[in-house]
Amino acid sequence: MTEKTVQLKVMRYKQGQSSPTYQTFPVTVNENTTVLVALTDIRRDQDSSLSLRHSCHHASCGTCGMRINGEEQLACVVKVLDLGTDTVVVEPLNNAPLLTDLVVNMEPFYDRFNTAGLPFIRESEFLPDAEVAEGIENYMRCENCIECGLCVSACPIMGSDPEYYGPAALAAVNRVVEEPRGLETESLLDWVDNQKGCWRCHVAYECSEVCPSGVDPGGHIMALRRQLTRRRFSRLLGG
Amino acid sequence: MDQIQPTTDPARPRNPLKSWFDVRGRKVGTWAFALNRLTAIGLTVYLFMHLIVLSTLLGGEEGWNTFLAIARSPLFLVLDVVLLFGVIYHALNGTRVALVGMGFAARNHKTLFWVLSAIGIVLFLVGAYLIFTL
Repeated sequence: MTEKTVQLKVMRYKQGQSSPTYQTFPVTVNENTTVLVALTDIRRDQDSSLSLRHSCHHASCGTCGMRINGEEQLACVVKVLDLGTDTVVVEPLNNAPLLTDLVVNMEPFYDRFNTAGLPFIRESEFLPDAEVAEGIENYMRCENCIECGLCVSACPIMGSDPEYYGPAALAAVNRVVEEPRGLETESLLDWVDNQKGCWRCHVAYECSEVCPSGVDPGGHIMALRRQLTRRRFSRLLGG
Repeated sequence: MDQIQPTTDPARPRNPLKSWFDVRGRKVGTWAFALNRLTAIGLTVYLFMHLIVLSTLLGGEEGWNTFLAIARSPLFLVLDVVLLFGVIYHALNGTRVALVGMGFAARNHKTLFWVLSAIGIVLFLVGAYLIFTL
């Protein structure tokens, strides 16, 4: 098994610091070492104060989203040697408040779903006899979306407008509009029909490029626009 | 519905210019977006430059001759070619964004980009040739 020492240049930040800094760690990796494993190795062997968030290790939970060499990816499925660089730059996601090191506050991200009353689980996925954890009424998720936040981090408009709803929430809205299953969609269309909603998108499609689940948020936003354009024409014609 | 929480990050102040124009590692859609913004800024600056140059016409016949001398200089012709690129790119990409935004070719936006780019390159080369030869 080939081994190589690679430099991991990691963004560091702790509460109270004026701005983030970078710290470089040498890490010995082999062809199976993922960025997430390299980071946990650093945490175990070199600096236990390095903070990062992770869970499943197989691209299902979406918690280890970060920017690796400038691209939004899930650290658990990116192999260090596949990146082909001697120095790997690891940074937290953009367009979310930085809490510490590689951990960002996802609250504004989830708030967009909550404000819209989203996401709704597919009815067919309900198990009538399933027990939900204490304190929640229903299991909720947006189908393929693993709510990792990569799309929001990569979006150039999120980078200039902190109140833009963003690709993840808009994709979730369109998912309900496409397949309402008895849910009321007019209020959702009203919610996104403004300059902070789907008209704020400038069609860069970077959200769809970085999405690890193939959700294609950009395509969903355009589908919403088509719906809204139809609705406006329909209203103009007295429909 | 309630107001949403802004994504403001005190530790990393927002930098719109970096967000729009830092295309390192980004794909064709972001390059198209950044170039669209750049050409938009360029065309706006050009509009004011155009008005300033045209104001030389207020000097009568002498002003007209001065304007022609400027307009036929090699530097001005090169600027015309740059302007032509900006106009063609912005017009065609704007068409693409409008079509995609209305739901046409939303999932084939890249193909549409390359098709319109091919058309744009032909228009640009013909236009640049005419600028230097007419």
